[in-house]
Amino acid sequence: MFYREAGQFKTSYGADQQILPIRQDRIGMVVLLAVAFLGVPMFASEYWFSAILIPFLIFALAALGLNILTGYAGQLSLGSAAFMAVGAYAAYNFQLRIEGIPILVSFLLGGVVAAGVGILFGLPSLRIKGFYLAVATLAAQFFIVWCLTKFPWLSNNSSSGVISAQKIIIFGHEFNSPQDKYLLVLGIVVVLALAAKNLVRGNVGRSWMAVRDMDVAAEVIGFRIMRTKLTAFAVSSFYCGVAGALYAFCYLGSVEPDGFSLELSFKILFMIIIGGVGSILGSFVGAAFILLLPVLLDVLLPALSETLSLPVDGASISHIQTMIFGALIMFFLIVEPHGLARLWQIAKEKLRLWPFPH
Amino acid sequence: MQFFFEILIGGLLSGVMYSLVALGFVLIYKASGVFNFAQGAMVYFAALSVVGCMEKGAPLWLALILAFFIMLLFGMATEKFVLRKMVNQTPISLFMATIGLTFFVEGFAPLVWGHSVRGLDIGIVDEPIESVLDSLGIVVSRFDLVAALIAGLLVTGLALFFQYTRVGRALRAVADDHQAALSIGIPLERIWAIVWGVAGFVALVAGMLWGARNGVQFALTFTALKALPVLILGGFTSVPGAIVGGLIIGASEKLAEVYIPPVMQAMFGGNFGGIEGWFPYVLALLFLLVRPEGLFGEKHIDRV
Amino acid sequence: MFKQFKSVACAAAVAAVFAAPGAAMADDQFFPIPSYRVGPYGANGEAFYGGFIDYLNYVNMKNGGINGVKITWEECETEYNNAKGVECYERLKSKAKVSAGPIHTMSTGISYALVDKSAQDKLPLAMMGYGRTDAVDGSVFPYAFPLITTYQMQASAIVKFLKDKEKGSLDGKKIVFLYHDSAYGKEPIVALEAESRLNKFNLVQIPVAHPGNEQGAQWLKIRQEKPDYVIFWGWGVMNQTALKAAQKVGYPRDKIVGSWWAGSEEDTVPAGDAAKGYMSATWNVAGKSVPLIADIEKVVYAGGHGNLKDKSKLGTILYNRGVSAAVVSVEAIYKAQEKYGKGKSMTGEQVRWGLENLNVTDARIKTLGATGLLPEVKTSCSNHEGSGKVKIQQWDGAKWVPVSDWIEGNKSLIHPLFEASAKQYAKEKGITPRDCSKEK
Repeated sequence: MFYREAGQFKTSYGADQQILPIRQDRIGMVVLLAVAFLGVPMFASEYWFSAILIPFLIFALAALGLNILTGYAGQLSLGSAAFMAVGAYAAYNFQLRIEGIPILVSFLLGGVVAAGVGILFGLPSLRIKGFYLAVATLAAQFFIVWCLTKFPWLSNNSSSGVISAQKIIIFGHEFNSPQDKYLLVLGIVVVLALAAKNLVRGNVGRSWMAVRDMDVAAEVIGFRIMRTKLTAFAVSSFYCGVAGALYAFCYLGSVEPDGFSLELSFKILFMIIIGGVGSILGSFVGAAFILLLPVLLDVLLPALSETLSLPVDGASISHIQTMIFGALIMFFLIVEPHGLARLWQIAKEKLRLWPFPH
Repeated sequence: MQFFFEILIGGLLSGVMYSLVALGFVLIYKASGVFNFAQGAMVYFAALSVVGCMEKGAPLWLALILAFFIMLLFGMATEKFVLRKMVNQTPISLFMATIGLTFFVEGFAPLVWGHSVRGLDIGIVDEPIESVLDSLGIVVSRFDLVAALIAGLLVTGLALFFQYTRVGRALRAVADDHQAALSIGIPLERIWAIVWGVAGFVALVAGMLWGARNGVQFALTFTALKALPVLILGGFTSVPGAIVGGLIIGASEKLAEVYIPPVMQAMFGGNFGGIEGWFPYVLALLFLLVRPEGLFGEKHIDRV
Repeated sequence: MFKQFKSVACAAAVAAVFAAPGAAMADDQFFPIPSYRVGPYGANGEAFYGGFIDYLNYVNMKNGGINGVKITWEECETEYNNAKGVECYERLKSKAKVSAGPIHTMSTGISYALVDKSAQDKLPLAMMGYGRTDAVDGSVFPYAFPLITTYQMQASAIVKFLKDKEKGSLDGKKIVFLYHDSAYGKEPIVALEAESRLNKFNLVQIPVAHPGNEQGAQWLKIRQEKPDYVIFWGWGVMNQTALKAAQKVGYPRDKIVGSWWAGSEEDTVPAGDAAKGYMSATWNVAGKSVPLIADIEKVVYAGGHGNLKDKSKLGTILYNRGVSAAVVSVEAIYKAQEKYGKGKSMTGEQVRWGLENLNVTDARIKTLGATGLLPEVKTSCSNHEGSGKVKIQQWDGAKWVPVSDWIEGNKSLIHPLFEASAKQYAKEKGITPRDCSKEK
């Protein structure tokens, strides 16, 4: 009843091409951002900031990166965690070795370094496709992590290969409390998400999608395959790299190369599959789902078994959680293979006609 | 030189162990186009079922048979409740579903059988064969040799099965073209169930051997990571490819672990060992650049 | 309408779940326990945390708590995963505001991630035999306690043990250090290098890539090197694989000495005969012959309050280690109560003081019935380790048998390494170290 575009006239090309063409969407987005920037900091507890919201935003950013590569450019990658590691270690080293470099510049440079590495490991994609490529990206995953453990210079000669992120100081203000860190991460993620949205709407994004849908055809109509695929790898790795830097600086505080394991790569892949491949919104929804589900199960199951007084011990509960997690992934793939973002889209379609569907 | 051959033989024999796991991937991919990531978890589940049955008092042979039936049931259930509902979806969705399946199995198997680390004694002592050690001074493990033998038998058996039985022919038909196979009356669903059953059997053999070698525990799921480079090297659709790929990966990985780090050490200083994690992948990657469809894979021609 | 109601109800349920749970009862002593029982190392976590919780239960049932203060606790599954560990910590933290026992993560990665956070939140982080080893220097790390011993001190103690075995000299001997290629495996390298310079033995380092289920090449290399001893730093599947691979190349197992993470029943039983004769370091003995363990079985399990489903794990190395970790934690709270008031629950800050002023004497250990479970522990501001002693044990094919008395690592060689590392950390982080002479 309230969600429809009737009566909203567009009088310029600009108005027609804006990201959110419907007024209600625009209002919704403004409200959402207001809540995220103003409402949440007022009400959220420390646990919410450091255990849920910050990792959610960071993982959403990484998922966004992977989604650009997998969802828009059609190149399946299992090495996202390694690119996060590159970003984290690069940002650390820029902070360490260049006196007085602003931290935001370090984050960006971390992303740039990751993009460079991404291009390097994207080269095989020019010859290899599909699952062969997916397995080949595992080479990046294992090789990069190995390099980080083997060259002590990268971790400032720490005997264990662990790095501790430096303090975050911007314009003399130290971002120390979870709330500050949340706002910082939120700001970066919002800017980058907006950039991604515009990128995929534009020329670059269209060329990615053309290559994804059929690369031979795309080549025939004049897209340069090499440049298109490599920009996808570069942009994707840039996002993962920045996410990695934030992961180290704003979330964990100290990281070891082994932390950026294959498991983490898979987790990010889950996010985009559950959330929606080829959807910016899907990256966020997927990240929220994958992060919150285990926590929810963690809290619910013991409570449940207690109230029903089931004779289940701690280990069994943990096993059941793993099972449910796996089963839910399968369930979602069966029910909605296009992800949660698609559900949202369907809901919107329905809403526009509600309460008088034809 | 003696040392070189020792490493080479050890590597080849380890490679056979990788092939065993890779074989399970190939079977399923060949018959249904599904890249079954859960193969590693199935290896774990199969091995756990064996030791689980033995703990309940069954002798080894009975435990193996019971475990085989459990794997068969599992395969059929997977087909019925997951794959059948996902017909016509993109390969990546199917792949993701098997990752979901991996989680499910990783929770389910220890829930049923317990998750403490257990040994599995299949009656072969893993010691150097003395006659070879005495005459050539080369260590050849008796266990690995037996494992290689079993793998050889398995591959021959599978090859014969594919070539000469009715079901085998149907399998190949399904692999070539789902729709064509359906249209001439091959029951797709039953064929898939059979393939998953056979893959379960391969997982059982792999689980038994790996379990006897390293203990039955969660880490058996990691065997999948050893099998993936074998898979890309040999091609996703080739049974002999899995064996040859395994031999190449096993041998080169061991030789590289011994001979490359000292070279790097001379170049950069520091200790560069532990390259076994990534070396097979990089090797497979380089190989793919030359031959993108793997050693024995089918060449894919794109049409617009 | 009903649908709407349902979704509202769901949302409410979710909100209720995530709403910050109320703090534990003010007069109870709360223990936040980020544990793990699934995943690749689940079997190890099961035994350790089983022992830990059983002892807490035991204190409640036997003594009615710590000077009458009941112990409560909450577990959170970390899966040995750093990110999940942090989430668990944050979740448990909100309940640990009023009172908090030491946090044991039993994971080097997680404890690294928590070192800074716990100091900020004023919660004591115990890392018994793992984690950030330079936290021995309490002036830089007030809230982190690598209690009893560290990787470096342990490596040094193993060298000392081998030296005694070789009648006092390792001159010209060759020792291979075979390690898990991660933070865990790399920590002792500095110590071993220092030892090799001091004792003039030849050190060969051979890393094994994670997860270590293939070690053919490494052991053939060892066979070729023909070392006098192998010092072994493995974890999880790497341990059984190493023992099997040693058998495969015919390397005698009684020349291999493992770290304490490579010396439990979980590591040797699955390896079968291949494990016989293998030695490892430990700070606690195995078996139910320890009076305390027997008593726990009697008091806790007879009442049906045991934490373990599989009672056969009682008295295993890792179970007993969990008990020893709980003993030290509870002792720290006793100590804190001495200063801040008997019969009261202690905050994290107060427990920290207790941990820093621990003095668990042999006599006290004997009263507890824990003889053999842990060495004497005496901590101070400048020494958060408090002991640095280990025993060497040997697997006889069925059980672990101690083959040495307490061996202390070379403190004067190793501790300066910690101080240097801590100093660098303080500089990187801009921390001003406390003045330990002013602490009391």
